[in-house]
Amino acid sequence: MTLAGRDLTIGYSDRVVGRGLNVALAQGEVLALLGPNGGGKTTLLKTLLGLLAPLAGEAAIEGRSLVSLSIRERARRIAYVPQLHTPTFAFTVEAVVLMGRTAHGSLFSRPSAHDREVARQSLVRFGIDQLAERPYTMISGGERQLVLLARALAQEPQFIVLDEPTASLDFGNQGKVMREIRALAASGHGVLFTTHDPNHALRAADRAYLLRAGERIAEGNVAEVLTKTQLEELYRAPVDTLTDTTRGTSAFLPG
Amino acid sequence: MRQSALPGLTVALIVLAAGLVVAFTIGRYPVSLAELLDVLWSRALGRAPSAPAAVENVVLLVRGPRVMAALLVGSALAVAGAAFQGLFRNPLVSPDILGASSGAALGAVIGIFFSLGIFGIELLAFVGGLAAVAAVYVIGSMLRSRDPILVLVLAGVVIGALLGAGVGLVKYLADPYNQLPAMTFWLLGSLAATSVSDLLPLLGPVAVGTIVLVALRWRMNVMSLPDEEARALGVSTGPLRIAIVAAATLVTSASVATSGIIGWIGLVVPHLARALVGPDFPRLLPASALLGGGFLLLIDTLARTAAPVEIPLGILTAVIGTPFFIWLLADMQRSWS
Repeated sequence: MTLAGRDLTIGYSDRVVGRGLNVALAQGEVLALLGPNGGGKTTLLKTLLGLLAPLAGEAAIEGRSLVSLSIRERARRIAYVPQLHTPTFAFTVEAVVLMGRTAHGSLFSRPSAHDREVARQSLVRFGIDQLAERPYTMISGGERQLVLLARALAQEPQFIVLDEPTASLDFGNQGKVMREIRALAASGHGVLFTTHDPNHALRAADRAYLLRAGERIAEGNVAEVLTKTQLEELYRAPVDTLTDTTRGTSAFLPG
Repeated sequence: MRQSALPGLTVALIVLAAGLVVAFTIGRYPVSLAELLDVLWSRALGRAPSAPAAVENVVLLVRGPRVMAALLVGSALAVAGAAFQGLFRNPLVSPDILGASSGAALGAVIGIFFSLGIFGIELLAFVGGLAAVAAVYVIGSMLRSRDPILVLVLAGVVIGALLGAGVGLVKYLADPYNQLPAMTFWLLGSLAATSVSDLLPLLGPVAVGTIVLVALRWRMNVMSLPDEEARALGVSTGPLRIAIVAAATLVTSASVATSGIIGWIGLVVPHLARALVGPDFPRLLPASALLGGGFLLLIDTLARTAAPVEIPLGILTAVIGTPFFIWLLADMQRSWS
């Protein structure tokens, strides 16, 4: 099963952000979306989530156009993990994760015992079930990101789309979130995430998609696409490469 | 979630019970608690009460309608306030954010200006409130924006200001000896003129709106998230927002039409309710309703007993609400806000 965008022109009614974009994401695969600010990452993300209709071309899941699916049908296939934000109201962690069950109930329904069980298992999977009763506003940023992942998992989707999941997290939690992204792919989810750090793409993704000013610069396996020259072209800035010759791994430093 | 809401709801219920007892017993003609229970109990069983007929009259005919109205108006404003605060993701929002009160005010002063009867005035106020919010909503939807909530609030502010100018104009043109005092009194809010015939037109819209909000309680949790996040969770935010605004406006307009403008309750009571049971709508709505009813009963009792003449409710709620609001601003970091 794939989530794919074909010949996409993306943007808003008054502004075209990108043209001629082709993206495909299979289940069990992690795709990282990289590019400078204002390059169209978020717009592409929203288009692939079905939140924004493409101006031309088609975004589809299992060959069915996202626009033709109802909001509930989409939510049962694709989950969205937004950028970390502090919510207005102090819902408990369990209440936040239960919101992930919304698309599985009718308009007036209350969460069933099954919904509560799915939510609980989601929390257990990320090792945060002990936080269930805590207000979502009173836990750490790293814990909040895990709660949002648990909510996405509670949607029982095939695909999970994350907007800068590692931004605003401390070093340790960045690693934890990347490990969880790998684990989600291992359990059969297709994962798409945006990041400002090519190292995170190297660490967590199978493939990378480089987007600059609404145009695809490169796409392919992370080892092939994420190179000094490609990154310098993508960000129009100098990049240093560090290579561990004994293990054969690389990392990048800006400047 | 699994944590019980019972302690919080019990506190709210006690406030409501205290409000009911105080409102029925205190006044120019004091009624003891025993007499009150006797009258209500006999009435419920269809027996003749042992208390004097005067006591029965005071409880059932004099204070009864006013108590019922305070209960309904207080609950309605608090429930609508909770709904709007969730919908606009802002704890500092009151139920008239979209112009329900300004519309009702213009309707009422026009009714007084043309010397319509009390029924005509209430009807105009009710229709005015609904029409103002409908206008705000249409304007907000026409101005396509990536932040529909912000546009809606700004449209509400602008239309509210225009309606306020309309109220000012009608007051300026009004007869200063008869009409102007009536307008001023209405704008400050009062339940003094409530009669039995007011209760049905109040109960109907309040019941309908409240039932809709309660039915949507689980979706209202999701509606308090940013729009795109809520849609990605499977909620059709556009239609649902219209339903919630319509239900909360129905409730607010019916209340304002009966009582005039009573500020603060819809702003303050949902905060107290959240402090008791948390922000989860399935428990926040009942807690707000109980507390709002109890709160307005206590204030209305104060309004009719504290001074030789009735004190307008809007003034009392402002005197109590302002310090509370300042405390709220100082304490915004509290977990339940």
